[in-house]
Amino acid sequence: MIENIRLAFQGIWSHKLRSVLTMLGIIIGIAAIITIVSTIEGTNEQIKENLIGAGNNVVTVQLNKDGYPYDMTWEGIPQGVRVITEDTRKELEQIRGVEKVSLYTARQYVDQVYYQNNQFNGEVYGIDENFLNVYGYQVKSGRGFTREDLESFRKVALVDGNTISTLFGGEDPIGRSLEMKGEVFTVVGVVALSEEFAPTINSYNEYWLYADTSAGAIYLPSAVWPSVYSFDEPQSVAIQVTNTDVMTTVGKEAADLLTAKQIADTESTFDYRSQDMLEQAQQLQSMSQSTNTQLVWIASISLLVGGIGVMNIMLVSVTERTSEIGLKKAIGAKKRRIRLQFLTEAAVLTSLGGIIGVASGVGLAELISNMMQIPVSISVPAILIAVVFSTAIGVIFGLLPAVKAANMNPIEALRRN
Amino acid sequence: MAIVTLTDICKDYQQGAEPVRVLKNINLSVEQGDYIAIMGPSGSGKTTLMNLIGCLDVPTSGSYVLDGKDLKDLSDDALADIRNRYIGFVFQNFHLLPKMTAVDNVALPLLYAGVPLKERKARAEEALRAVGLEERMTFLPNQLSGGQCQRVAIARAMVTKPALLLADEPTGALDTASGKQIMDIFRQLSQEGMTILMITHEPGIAQCADKVYHILDGRLRTGEGGSTDEE
Ligand SMILES: Nc1ncnc2c1ncn2[C@@H]1O[C@H](COP(=O)(O)OP(=O)(O)OP(=O)(O)O)[C@@H](O)[C@H]1O
Ligand SMILES: [Mg+2]
Repeated sequence: MIENIRLAFQGIWSHKLRSVLTMLGIIIGIAAIITIVSTIEGTNEQIKENLIGAGNNVVTVQLNKDGYPYDMTWEGIPQGVRVITEDTRKELEQIRGVEKVSLYTARQYVDQVYYQNNQFNGEVYGIDENFLNVYGYQVKSGRGFTREDLESFRKVALVDGNTISTLFGGEDPIGRSLEMKGEVFTVVGVVALSEEFAPTINSYNEYWLYADTSAGAIYLPSAVWPSVYSFDEPQSVAIQVTNTDVMTTVGKEAADLLTAKQIADTESTFDYRSQDMLEQAQQLQSMSQSTNTQLVWIASISLLVGGIGVMNIMLVSVTERTSEIGLKKAIGAKKRRIRLQFLTEAAVLTSLGGIIGVASGVGLAELISNMMQIPVSISVPAILIAVVFSTAIGVIFGLLPAVKAANMNPIEALRRN
Repeated sequence: MAIVTLTDICKDYQQGAEPVRVLKNINLSVEQGDYIAIMGPSGSGKTTLMNLIGCLDVPTSGSYVLDGKDLKDLSDDALADIRNRYIGFVFQNFHLLPKMTAVDNVALPLLYAGVPLKERKARAEEALRAVGLEERMTFLPNQLSGGQCQRVAIARAMVTKPALLLADEPTGALDTASGKQIMDIFRQLSQEGMTILMITHEPGIAQCADKVYHILDGRLRTGEGGSTDEE
């Protein structure tokens, strides 16, 4: 066997150009698959890290209508949905695995918010004292809301970094006044996501909380929310859980509890639904996976073509070496031995192609990662599978030429010289 | 004791629709230690007979007993095994593997016989020494003269210590001097007890053998000594 492998390398080496051309199909196919798989893995890992990494164990429970998140801007106060009370909030906190609960109201698209002549069209939140904590925001400058602010209905506001640039033209906003539907609010602080997790997800509108590309967000104490919008708006609930594993179960339990308590009519099309980050991460992952599965199929066709190329060259090689085969059979080589010789040669050829393909694929993935800022993750199992697979291609497509060689009639084979 | 016993051997080749009988009722007995030459004009069936005796081909009818064993209905692999164990081949155009050194070429039949590497090498070197090529062990075939190539081929045929040496026109591709050298080796082997069957159409070469048979149009005829006429 070792002898066969040595002979195979010798044969490949003595036909360098031909061998490289033969391997090309395998090289391209394997390289493409490794590149694609590495990019999928990298993207998936980043999605997961962004959403659930760094201790950001937050489940959001929102009011849904007909299965879609309810939008206050267009649809107004929903009929038959009660406002979540402090008691209910306490009840939510009793659920096993819950760390902290925050209630908030939100508008995703606002107009009529001005600073001097600038109009703001980002998001506005009415938040309680837990909100910043639950979502992992930090006060970067100025101060956060105090109990005092909430209890005495002070018209104060917090802004994020994007708002500074879109509304305040990059100037320090602290102490400045902004106007919201005719009411004047004083900016008291600037908030930003804490360093440990700086997600950059922006694919789903559910990610608006983290959307970095938005025009910005302004936060008001929930107590003064009705002065610009309306009383009795349905709140969303953000729940911080103790660990990632319980996110899904806690989310479901909280959603069921809220649906049962807040919605009067059991026949209602309203309900509360949880959107935990783990679930979203899986959704996104399966999305990127399915598009890339198609790419892997296309790459497999290249492998098939490569395999046929190998078969073709092996058939040529068998014909060229007719007299060698005849002589070997004449002096006592059995069929198995001849078959093995050609199978080994085909397998060594494609394995070599596979290894070169893996190397080029890894290189290409790194290049893509550098040029397009896409994360890649080189998967060792994928590399092993690729090499084993390319060897298998050699064996499969080498079989026909090898059998042909083994079954050659030694007389015919010796005559040709 | 007879090494080879051919009884009523016929061989047909399908030529178009009609089968053509190339060998007709051949009866031949080769005794241990015989040195036989078979002569005949081109197309008379010499190579065909040689292939049958060498177990490279099977007869259409008749029986072939080699070293006491009837070789009827054997599989390809079984025949390969018999060739490896009983027969040494020397071909007109040597048939050495071009990318292997002389010693590797000679050792090849031992590989198929399952001999371990060290012993293969030792025996191959010994065989090359016996044909006077101790200086050329690691040469490639294209670095050797025709006569030297044929001596390598003889060493390869002898290395398994076969019961029978078959040579099809062993001097056909060589000049007279090299041819004579090959005949000297054959004579030497014959004196050591080797059974040799050689095909040639050169009467001068046939004379080297102890017995000469003539084959004409597929029929074998006996003729003692170095009879030169081909009728
Ligand atoms: N595979 C084959 N198919 C059909 N006919 C064949 C085949 N092999 C040999 N023959 C025929 O058998 C006859 C004998 O051929 P063979 O090769 O035995 O002759 P030969 O005596 O060795 O001649 P030469 O001295 O030229 O080598 C020839 O007429 C040839 O055409
Ligand atoms: Mg002939």
